[in-house]
Amino acid sequence: MKLITAIIKPFKLEDVRKAVGDVGVQGVTVTEVRGFGRQRGHTEVYRGAEYLVEFVPKTKIEIAVDDALAERVIEAIINTARTGKVGDGKIFVFDLEQVVRIRTGERDASAI
Amino acid sequence: MITLSRSFLFALLALSVPLAWADPPADATSAPVATSAPAPAPAAAPAAPPAPSTTEPSVILNSQVNSGDTAWMLASMALVLMMTVPGLALFYGGMVRKKNVLATLMQSFAITCLVTILWYVIGYSLAFTPGTPYIGGLSRLFMNGVIYIKDVAAAAATKDAPAVDAVIGKVSVSHLGVTIPETVYSMFQLTFAIITPALICGAFAERMKFSAMLWFMAIWSIVVYAPIAHWMWEPGGWGATAGVLDFAGGTVVHINAGIAALACALVLGKRVGYNKEPMAPHNLVLTVIGASLLWVGWFGFNAGSAVAADGRAGMAMAVTQIATAAAALAWMFAEWSVKGKPSVLGIASGAVAGLVAITPASGFVMPTPAVIIGVAAGVICFFAATSLKKALGYDDSLDAFGVHCIGGIVGALLTGVFASTALDGGQAGSVLTQLKAVLATIIYGFVVSYIILKVIDMTLGLRVNEEEEREGLDVSLHGEHVE
Repeated sequence: MKLITAIIKPFKLEDVRKAVGDVGVQGVTVTEVRGFGRQRGHTEVYRGAEYLVEFVPKTKIEIAVDDALAERVIEAIINTARTGKVGDGKIFVFDLEQVVRIRTGERDASAI
Repeated sequence: MITLSRSFLFALLALSVPLAWADPPADATSAPVATSAPAPAPAAAPAAPPAPSTTEPSVILNSQVNSGDTAWMLASMALVLMMTVPGLALFYGGMVRKKNVLATLMQSFAITCLVTILWYVIGYSLAFTPGTPYIGGLSRLFMNGVIYIKDVAAAAATKDAPAVDAVIGKVSVSHLGVTIPETVYSMFQLTFAIITPALICGAFAERMKFSAMLWFMAIWSIVVYAPIAHWMWEPGGWGATAGVLDFAGGTVVHINAGIAALACALVLGKRVGYNKEPMAPHNLVLTVIGASLLWVGWFGFNAGSAVAADGRAGMAMAVTQIATAAAALAWMFAEWSVKGKPSVLGIASGAVAGLVAITPASGFVMPTPAVIIGVAAGVICFFAATSLKKALGYDDSLDAFGVHCIGGIVGALLTGVFASTALDGGQAGSVLTQLKAVLATIIYGFVVSYIILKVIDMTLGLRVNEEEEREGLDVSLHGEHVE
């Protein structure tokens, strides 16, 4: 099993959710996050006072999938979250040791 | 508030007296018909209605009140109150950091309540009754003498006596507004006395103790606001006598609040982390709503200052709208060309700067000068709030000085340039007289505000401690917070 964590542009969230749903993903966890990469931040000016906003708002999505599905999910995210400009985000893939469904106590593949 | 040009008051008087004469006799002749006895002809003639005084508050018959003027002034009072709560409260509230938003709203709300009570106790009397050229008298303490007695129906009153002897309803009027009840005039003026100290809050946002603020505002309202309102607006005040033109409060409200704001910024010092940590506005939506409410309410402020529903009020309304639009665009374009982007905070600030600058001029100028006043205010206040503040290094957190004092000075001086004698019944403006009024307000306002602040600082302390400031005033002063 894999845990796929993707940092994407917030306005791409709906497209990504639909795309990963289409390849068979059953659940997604979404978090609003801030951070910086090569995009860096931007400057805001309020009545002449300049503030450098170093951390840009992003959306983090986390998806647990079977190994067989992982590559198709990654493809789906790339295809929908890409704009071609700096700041499109990153995908991190981890090995997932165990999954438990709290309601039934099911484990691993049947719990995903 | 019409600068109380005597000619204007006489004109009002000349209008109101014949009308007042016309009404009561009509009532009096119809009422006695009900009594069967043939009325003795001379006895039926009613006593002459009292003519309202032009130098002191007086009592007139209810029938002498102008209902059109009164209706507009009732509405104006509500509009100007809306400028402070919630207008100014939201305008400032949106510009502070989130941890201070409630404390900022609280300042405007508490000042509204505090000044209302003080106005009833002493402020109204000191500002708007005759006294010396520098301060009013004490005849209206606790609003003593502000009366209304209901009309008694003539039929009931004349059972044994002719109708002319019936108790006739009376109402007191201010000599500054002889066609409306004094209750309405005094409450309309109260709303000005409320917003002026509330404007100062922009200078000490995010760091002043609430208790110290209450003390400062209470004292300031009595020893600074009331005398300066008396100088410029009460017919016996030295400014009014000298021909100072301040239709709705360029000196009394805006320069006055703005210079006190500078004193606050200097005495309190900068916020912890100023120029080192980000202090961006937490919610400009609140600020835009607040600025918009200020704009709408300002029609009560400026057009209401005609104290009549007449052509002059209409002209004041028109120039207010035009100058505000011009100033908002001027600030926007100035910022766009200097800083690269037209900001939302910029256009809203420009609108307020325009409203400030047209305040003394409304009622004295025509639409084209209004455009010039607006553009000047927009550009000059933009540089005051951005470059001047940075150059001088004080922390006027929300630009109460940069917008209100500077905008007020622009408006007060340009009123002297553009005042139209047609609008004012012949009184010409003078830049020199305007300058005298501006300087007097700045010097008196700054010195007295500075002293009050220093005394409070030595006794009670003006600022919260650093820990409380870092935590935010909402939690540290009020025990509440906004998610």
